[in-house]
Amino acid sequence: MLAENLAVVAPELLLAVLAMAFLMLGAFSSRAMDGPILWGATIVLAVVGLWIGFQPEGTRTAFDGSFVSDGFARFSKVMVLFGAAATLALSRDYLQKNDLLKYEYPVLAMLAAVGMMTMVSARDLIVLYLGLELQSLALYVVAAFRRDSLRSTEAGLKYFVLGALSSGLLLYGASLTYGYSGTTAFAGIGVSLEGGHVPLGLLFGLVFLVAGMAFKVSAVPFHMWTPDVYEGSPTPVTLFFATAPKVAAAAMIARLLYDAFGGATADWQQILVFLSIASMFLGAVGGIGQRNFKRLMAYSSINHMGFVLMGLAAGTEQGAQAMLIYLAIYVTMNVGAFAFILNMEKDGKPVTDLYSLGLYSRVAPARAAALAVLMFSMAGVPPLVGFFGKFYVLTAAVDAGLVWLAIAGVVASVIAAYYYLRIVFLMYFGEAVDGLDGRMPGLHWGFLGASALAMLLGIVNLFGVETIAGAAAMTLFQ
Amino acid sequence: MIGLGHYLTVAAIMFVTGIFGIFINRKNVIIILMSIELMLLAVNLNLVAFSAHLGDLVGQIFTLFVLTVAAAEAAIGLAILVCFFRNTGTIAVEDINVMKG
Repeated sequence: MLAENLAVVAPELLLAVLAMAFLMLGAFSSRAMDGPILWGATIVLAVVGLWIGFQPEGTRTAFDGSFVSDGFARFSKVMVLFGAAATLALSRDYLQKNDLLKYEYPVLAMLAAVGMMTMVSARDLIVLYLGLELQSLALYVVAAFRRDSLRSTEAGLKYFVLGALSSGLLLYGASLTYGYSGTTAFAGIGVSLEGGHVPLGLLFGLVFLVAGMAFKVSAVPFHMWTPDVYEGSPTPVTLFFATAPKVAAAAMIARLLYDAFGGATADWQQILVFLSIASMFLGAVGGIGQRNFKRLMAYSSINHMGFVLMGLAAGTEQGAQAMLIYLAIYVTMNVGAFAFILNMEKDGKPVTDLYSLGLYSRVAPARAAALAVLMFSMAGVPPLVGFFGKFYVLTAAVDAGLVWLAIAGVVASVIAAYYYLRIVFLMYFGEAVDGLDGRMPGLHWGFLGASALAMLLGIVNLFGVETIAGAAAMTLFQ
Repeated sequence: MIGLGHYLTVAAIMFVTGIFGIFINRKNVIIILMSIELMLLAVNLNLVAFSAHLGDLVGQIFTLFVLTVAAAEAAIGLAILVCFFRNTGTIAVEDINVMKG
């Protein structure tokens, strides 16, 4: 019995044990080991991602159904792990230049990845909470990773206070849900909702749970931490925040709402519609005046999360599929864009001012072109892949009868297009400034180029993500 | 007779006090940490009250997990606060404003 349970959680166990092994290795050896540990963690994350990707089909549960490994969880985990591995691989040069290459960073990233994997697999409120906290506690620390920088520690402090507040809201919701349904298991909560009647206490619990989780995907009105944390954290950490945790949190919301609260769709749909519209518009409008590229990416991610929530708000299998496709595209675009941002520097110092990109196309034409493709894709300009992400989400919303939500989404994406296109404008027609220098390491070029190429070549068949995401979304409804 | 409703009311009051402690307090980050603890304790009270009411142990197990995680959370919060203090020499809430927002 125990062996069967452990077999289901084997990837998480392996990752947790190796993280602790790396921690010991780092603590008991010289600083010369810090680099190898970073590579080791990168490889481990990528290998575990491949392992989960090639696991056989089917739904396997462990520990009395509180932990599940189904198609949906595996799809999300692969995104999380590859996102984390790409982050670590890209981090190295930046960390080395800024004297931040310490073994704690890869260890914390691995532990955060374990937390995220637990989040997407949780089918019990206790497991969900533990996964969420494992992820959050590791992320608070990496946000403040540059200990001697005021901005980084301030980012860590802000993230910690607001993150702890959101955990509190989520827990309060969990306690009410437990009290009024009599169980913490998702299946049991679903049973208590059968018959279509939702008790008031359970409704309150649902609202608090959604509010707590909206913090984690930085949905408006719970987005306040995002711009500051993105700006203040070291850039590799910002990249980490922009990819893996967003995927995990969105997948966690999907499973909780579809699985546990599937009987109360009408109730949470209106909450999600509000969150989605508010995020899309605030993300679009807030980014307009920004000069700092990292702050801009924060508003961009708020905007993108609005679209992800739109897919969720549809409340259908099609909506879940659209959400997964959107997340996969979003992660790919962000890895590429941050591979560029990580290399914006002058005289060895990182630069994040947008105006330093003036006429960048003359300095490095290929890099500028790759970033331009990514920006067009983020704006959702057809025929790039980013457009298809939005297209799937909008279709799901329309098919679920949320036509005006889809219209709001189109309007918001037009507004958001302004700041993406402004970057392209600056690079090709802006004022020439004595802006950026610095070469780009081959690995970073590889990520940037591959990401931009994926946005161009993916229009053929989205690399088959559509079918895989469809199969993954289907498992959520069984 | 003190029933479930009383416990839930007390927990709700504690929880709201915690939230207001975070938002209204303008003085000291330590008070924010205390407010966070207050929120988590309110949740624990809720869970234990429901657990006793339902005659179900899961709520009490949940409480133990929450207590453990709250301890870890406080430790990490204080560690970040110490780093912040080393950089600024202050822990006043109004001084956390290098970045706007």
